[in-house]
Amino acid sequence: MADALLLARAQFGLNIGFHILFPTLTIALAWFLLGFRILYQRTRDPAWLATYKLWVRIFALTFAMGVVSGVTMSFQFGTNWPRYMTTVGAIAGPLLSFEVLTAFFLEATFLGVMLFGMNRVPDWVHIVSTVMVAFGTTVSAFWILALNSWMQTPAGHMLSGGQWIAQDWWAVIFNPSFPYRLTHMLIASALTASFVVAGLSAWRLLWAPFDTSAAKTLRAGLLVAATLVPVQMLVGDQHGLNTLEHQPAKIAAVEALWHTERGAPLVLFAIPNEETRRNDYSIELAYGASLILKHDANGEVKGLDAFAPDHPAVAPVFFAFRIMVGIGVLMLAVSWFGAWMTRRGRAAPRWLLWVFAAFTFAGWGATLAGWIVTEMGRQPWLVTGVLRTKDAVGEITGAQLGASLTGYILTYSLLFVAYMVVLTHMAGKGAD
Amino acid sequence: MDLPLAFMVLMGLSVLAYVVLDGYDLGVGMLMPAASEAEQSMMVASIGPFWDANETWLVLGIGILLTAFPLAHGVVLGALYLPVVAMLVGLMLRGVAFELRVKAEGWHRELWNWLFWAGSFAASFFQGVMLGRYITGFEAGFGFWAFAIVVGASLCGGYVLLGATWLILKTDGDLKKKAVGWARWGLIWVALGVALVSLATPLASATVRDKWFDFPRTLWVMILPAATVAAGFWLWRSTGALRRGAKGGDAQPFAAAVSIFALAFLGLAYSLFPYVVIDRLTIWQAAAHPSALKAVAIGAAIVLPFIVGYTILSYRIFRGKANAKLYD
Repeated sequence: MADALLLARAQFGLNIGFHILFPTLTIALAWFLLGFRILYQRTRDPAWLATYKLWVRIFALTFAMGVVSGVTMSFQFGTNWPRYMTTVGAIAGPLLSFEVLTAFFLEATFLGVMLFGMNRVPDWVHIVSTVMVAFGTTVSAFWILALNSWMQTPAGHMLSGGQWIAQDWWAVIFNPSFPYRLTHMLIASALTASFVVAGLSAWRLLWAPFDTSAAKTLRAGLLVAATLVPVQMLVGDQHGLNTLEHQPAKIAAVEALWHTERGAPLVLFAIPNEETRRNDYSIELAYGASLILKHDANGEVKGLDAFAPDHPAVAPVFFAFRIMVGIGVLMLAVSWFGAWMTRRGRAAPRWLLWVFAAFTFAGWGATLAGWIVTEMGRQPWLVTGVLRTKDAVGEITGAQLGASLTGYILTYSLLFVAYMVVLTHMAGKGAD
Repeated sequence: MDLPLAFMVLMGLSVLAYVVLDGYDLGVGMLMPAASEAEQSMMVASIGPFWDANETWLVLGIGILLTAFPLAHGVVLGALYLPVVAMLVGLMLRGVAFELRVKAEGWHRELWNWLFWAGSFAASFFQGVMLGRYITGFEAGFGFWAFAIVVGASLCGGYVLLGATWLILKTDGDLKKKAVGWARWGLIWVALGVALVSLATPLASATVRDKWFDFPRTLWVMILPAATVAAGFWLWRSTGALRRGAKGGDAQPFAAAVSIFALAFLGLAYSLFPYVVIDRLTIWQAAAHPSALKAVAIGAAIVLPFIVGYTILSYRIFRGKANAKLYD
């Protein structure tokens, strides 16, 4: 049973981790496309048309990756976590259905018009189709984040005959962590897309320094990133305070605070030790955690012992959080420096183009790390205080899970390698 | 209002929409090796604007199963676990291959072409296997698995038929001529498959047998197989006319193929009703909490007309013969 639980979690984690990469990129890339399309409409500058045509293809490829891995997800809710559906299905099911109904059809249908219809429909219909795709991807994020946030900080539910049902849909959807998580995720998507846009344009400029379309696109990506990284830092801080209020055990794990104390230090680095329940090799900043979390040097911060045994494994949450913040700080430096260096039409030096190219997928790294913090930080709960992960697993045997897990790993590896090869190839060839 | 019944109808219509819509693009995928390289580009162009949205009907069908009949979702997808995984791997490969084959060159392109074909084939075959296992209530034993494999092979034939008739509708010249031939072969394949499955199902399931062989009701329900045979003749005649070089009537074979699917679907629905898992769970036993059904029913009532509307709009925008220059 423990094996089946582990395999079910590994498989679901692999799937959702693979899947999230693509929506994270497409949600905001769709708005970028709209921007490129409108810039072309207003300026009639062929450089923007070239940009649009290149990125609409990248969008289609990424979208396809999202669709196929997303179809898999819709099956795995039931196969990996059948008790999830029987206990909270009356809440999760409708939210997922709303996503399919309001978002999936919208984006998939108008994607066809956006991709293949530019010469078949009037300009305004084509622009409206692009808006519909962008709107659809965002609505999709809305419902998924509503469901995920409800699992983190449930509200508006009640027990009815052994299962949880919605008492107040408004409260279910706009649960306490939802506004923060949705904003944090949408900006994460915007940052992911802007670094991909900037990075792949830099990649193109390394091969073709005089490609004006790529230079314009690089600048667009950098400006969006430079604007949004600081906003994301503020939003992230507010999201953290919200988590402290509603999921204090997660914050204790993030900070690797084993014991409740006043004047708690900020642990900059350590190796959390689950056996001894203390940190090895820790580097601490005195009073730091109390100051950040309570805005008072002597404020009391709850440690993990206050929640034992119902708290997450500390090390993954602790490290993932630091990776996320670390990448964020680097993204700030790169985007600001890059925006400065390319001011008023200046061309970026070659070494800087290499830096942008190296940061192409920085957003993916930070987003995945952030999701590890929030998802592993919720353990041992699947739905906080309502359903434990170990109680949601079904009767699929370890052998079946093992076989399918192998199949997924092989397929995903192939698809991922192919995706990356084609992406860099397309970007290197540029918009012709 | 009987919400579980309404959701059964909605789920059925989603599955039918999926089978017809993704069916034609899976069928086109399976026909790829029979065409020249230029024709392959044309075939891919004919499904390009549609395949993403077509696949969404599967997500809706599964979503309704999950939301409206959670007990059945667990039983059905648990019992079908490995065929489902195989089908999903097939769908993934073909979906991504569709995008990648356009961008790849040389042997890469050959590889993605092959994966597009293999993925289309695997997805179709395993959907049929799932259907075969589902009809017989997941019974263990050689005979039942053989039955599922026959259904899998028949569904491939059905999708090839849909794909070929779609190509008649959307293409011109030599490719269209070839598609007429494929459609006729597909029809023979389907006729064999439907005949085998129709004979075997009453043998495999007493519940289904009672539904069909209960005088005098039998006389009424025999309208379904009779109409199916009529649709088959219509397909044979309309493709025959095209083969002799008739002008117009390009839509008729596709319409006939869709009719065959709709009739087979009705027959299946009649066989199974009111079960969502045959002999085990009726739709009312498997239904979700009324509050969940109500919420989704309201959402669906508002949104579905829009979905149908803009789907029709998209098919209108891309009406007529396909253009091989995909991204212009």
